[in-house]
Amino acid sequence: MGLLEAIILSVLAASTPLLLAATGELVTERAGVLNLGVEGMMIVGAACGFGGAWFTGSIIIGALCGIVAGTLLSLIFAMMTLGLAVNQVATGLALTILGIGLSGLIGAGFVGERITPAPHLYIPGLTDIPLVGRILFGEDAFIYLSLALVIGVWLFLYRTQAGLILRAAGDNHISAHALGYPVLRIRMFAVMFGGACAGLAGAYLPLAYTPFFIPGMTAGRGWIALALVVFSSWRPGRLVIGAYLFGAVTILQLHAQGLGLGIPSQFMSALPYLATVVVLVLISRARTGGSTAPAALGTVFVPDR
Amino acid sequence: MRKILIAATAVMLTAGASLFGASAADKLKVGFIYLGPVGDFGWTYQHELARQAVVKEFGDKVETTYLENVSEGPDAERSIEQLVRAGNKLIFTTSFGYMDPTLKVAKKYPNVHFEHATGFKRDKNMSIYNGRFYEGRYIQGVIAGKMSKSGVLGYIASFPIPEVIMGINATILGAQTVNPNIKVKIIWANTWFDPGKEADAAKALLDQGADVIMQHTDSPAAMQIASERGKLAFGQDSEMIKFGPKTQLTSIMDNWAPYYIDRVKAELDGKWASEDTWGGLKSKLVVMAPYTNMPDDVKKLAADTEAAIIAGKLYPFKCPVIGQDGKEVECKGGDHLADGQVLGMNFYVKGIDDAIPGK
Amino acid sequence: MQFVLEKRAERSNTIALVSPLIAIGLTIVTMSILFAILGKNPILALGVYFIDPLTDSYSLQEIAVKATPLVMIGVGLSLCYLANVWNIGAEGQFLIGAVAGSWLAVKTQGTGAGYWVLPAMLVLSAVAGALYALIPAICKVRFGASEILTSLMLVYVADLFLDYMVRGPWRDPAGFNFPTTAEFDPVATVPVLIEGGRLHLGAIIALLVVAATTVLLGRTIKGFEIRVVGAAPRAARFGGFNSNQLILLTFAISGALAGLAGIIEVAGPVGHLQPGISPGYGFTAIIVAFLGRLNPIGILIAGLFLALTFIGGEQAQIAMKIPLDVTKVFQGLLLFYVLACDSLILYRFRLIFPSRKVSSGAA
Repeated sequence: MGLLEAIILSVLAASTPLLLAATGELVTERAGVLNLGVEGMMIVGAACGFGGAWFTGSIIIGALCGIVAGTLLSLIFAMMTLGLAVNQVATGLALTILGIGLSGLIGAGFVGERITPAPHLYIPGLTDIPLVGRILFGEDAFIYLSLALVIGVWLFLYRTQAGLILRAAGDNHISAHALGYPVLRIRMFAVMFGGACAGLAGAYLPLAYTPFFIPGMTAGRGWIALALVVFSSWRPGRLVIGAYLFGAVTILQLHAQGLGLGIPSQFMSALPYLATVVVLVLISRARTGGSTAPAALGTVFVPDR
Repeated sequence: MRKILIAATAVMLTAGASLFGASAADKLKVGFIYLGPVGDFGWTYQHELARQAVVKEFGDKVETTYLENVSEGPDAERSIEQLVRAGNKLIFTTSFGYMDPTLKVAKKYPNVHFEHATGFKRDKNMSIYNGRFYEGRYIQGVIAGKMSKSGVLGYIASFPIPEVIMGINATILGAQTVNPNIKVKIIWANTWFDPGKEADAAKALLDQGADVIMQHTDSPAAMQIASERGKLAFGQDSEMIKFGPKTQLTSIMDNWAPYYIDRVKAELDGKWASEDTWGGLKSKLVVMAPYTNMPDDVKKLAADTEAAIIAGKLYPFKCPVIGQDGKEVECKGGDHLADGQVLGMNFYVKGIDDAIPGK
Repeated sequence: MQFVLEKRAERSNTIALVSPLIAIGLTIVTMSILFAILGKNPILALGVYFIDPLTDSYSLQEIAVKATPLVMIGVGLSLCYLANVWNIGAEGQFLIGAVAGSWLAVKTQGTGAGYWVLPAMLVLSAVAGALYALIPAICKVRFGASEILTSLMLVYVADLFLDYMVRGPWRDPAGFNFPTTAEFDPVATVPVLIEGGRLHLGAIIALLVVAATTVLLGRTIKGFEIRVVGAAPRAARFGGFNSNQLILLTFAISGALAGLAGIIEVAGPVGHLQPGISPGYGFTAIIVAFLGRLNPIGILIAGLFLALTFIGGEQAQIAMKIPLDVTKVFQGLLLFYVLACDSLILYRFRLIFPSRKVSSGAA
């Protein structure tokens, strides 16, 4: 296996949790809700995902546990911000802190245990194709699922009536409400979808990436996912590019060290974050039509009677 | 309602009093400050095992308490002092970053005894202790030199501090005795503990041609990756063979139990005095996990090397030590580098191509 | 039939007074259930958390020491949040301030410099923090980039920068190549107020900051502008208030305060610069700002209260082996409940029956 192929595989795996979490948050934000609690939902998903797999021996059950955990946490967020019209920024941060604490408590008993990681696909003949075989046919289910998810979200947002309504709720909730659409309910589902994705993203880490649980194993990926959504201008296609770009920077800095390139490692580690700032500035400047945030993002909506 | 309030207050005050009042006179209270979670399966885990050994050894005579996840910043001093105020008379602070906070608290409470790991500042009531892990690294280097088919070792390092540098150097020196052309690729993870990053680093090293992985980080992630890829690896701090049954060659295990038991006994006997302990294989502060997944001749070589180090016949840093620049390092310890030189090591030996970050 | 949220005609003052107490009450109830699940005696645990730290001078001082950076940063953040801009990067501004002030301390080390060193360090840190905070502010004002994300990303950059400096150029030469600077000279150290404790001058500075901000918000035009720009942007525009200028101003002030808090922590309780100088003060301060309802006195109380829970949490670890994660759960829950109860100040619930007369539900 050549170095290039190996690097691509590493990047794929590293980018997948980012892609999963960011896709969910993209839908949430497209509906007009800013949920900063992604890190909290991810890490609870990691703890519950590992627990589910550990108790039952099944990766699928583990993944489901992660999804449920993330969704439940997002429901708290939904109740607060949609039901009680509470400030979304504060609630999201509270959710993150709560999630980190909860995952530590839930996962305390799991530290030091290991499970069998998710199996990799193997199709005789196809997987053995040089260069692309392993990439296209030899990875674990999560990676393919993440891509399918993004495609599904794209289809939903741009090719279905429901997706159009969701985007309307995010761009102008007052008009959407006037047209009779249940804005709050749409947003609630969007938030729950975001939570499910974040939970799945978190569960991916102990189920496939490093098959054990350690408190804090998400290591800030939730925040990167948030940055990715903005980076992608809220468009699924660009989200894929962004996620793989971020994954690539993280992996390549390690390879650069191995190759003896003498760049200070702190600078390399800082690159993804600096890159995000630069990109944020650039895309906000460009402002070509359709690349701006959902106009109602983060604003409180209480339907008038 | 009033009665409940009074009762509740009484309970709380009693709880408070029992916290700060005179503790039961007989038991010796021993406290531990941990950097990470006890289940990290690495550095902190080994200290915790040692604490459990103390409990087992002394039973009713001691009462131990630990604080985990204590960050090395301003909170550390408070945590240490809280242990003191809770009546602990002997306190172990298990990370370099606790050095100054421990010193400050030690000066404040001259009647309490402190044990600080991996530091260099001492006081009348503050001992320091450390393990000569580099001896284990040397042995690992010998094994790796023999077992590596590609002649390239992969090293996941944490931070460019002397402890890590001396480990890298010892590894290479050991490997060079069996393969003078051995090469090493070093990746600085800039963390002691981040399984995702360690896994990525392991993958990168393996992708670039290394076939034996060693680490100075604390999680079993690298072992796991090496296992998946069918390569070889060394564990760190604890036995990691669970994560790589066919992968682990050996592991450098921190064995604090004998030292801790020793010190607690001294405290119980009233004979505690401030010391500077830097024990290695000989004093069993450093223990090698069983040599596995290697042919018998390599096993024998490893065992012989270990025996030679224990007998004092072999020094990992025996002179002449040639630096990266080709010049011989001044030999201040007779026929091997003096302890002070090793403790402050900030140069690579010849055979390593990279530069130390930050220099 | 359904519950519906409805905006009140005007703020409910009774709820405004009572809501923090309800929130605390709800939190205590939830925490008791959590303790019970963990197998710990709830009454005992609550006592260790909240009562014990108040019973002796050492703990009280420690509460003040821990609260000092929280209050300072929180007050600065509240100015931003009142103006409806979200500075999430206080942690990074804290670190940059610490680095800047430490530069002076390291430069003048051992040179026998006079008493001007410490005040100069404080000023330098405040300026550095302000400049660092202006980066996301300018990105927002000039380019419209989200200040939430830019300020957050810069936190990571600041952390890595600190790491680089302390591991390289500023390493203590006598420190066996470990990543800390040498201990600061006495002239570069924040003086302690009471012998034997850790209560230091920073606490006084924090109190002054609270007082100054109260005056700023309550009695100056700028303070008024800040509050209006956040609460009613259109009215602000009509009033001719320059919202861009206010964004820059509030970010600069909050950055300065965060930077100041940074150097005070480094030059006070710690005494030298090292990586990991902040256990997340910048983020905890956000909670403090909200708990204090963006009001300086409220933030002072909230900061002390949260510091109490930190100290109590450590004591609970020692006395009852309660894991430290419980403190995080507690803080998250408290914030949730405070936010939820506060929403009832502006809104109320009504019970709507589809085809019958509307009846009012509980307020």
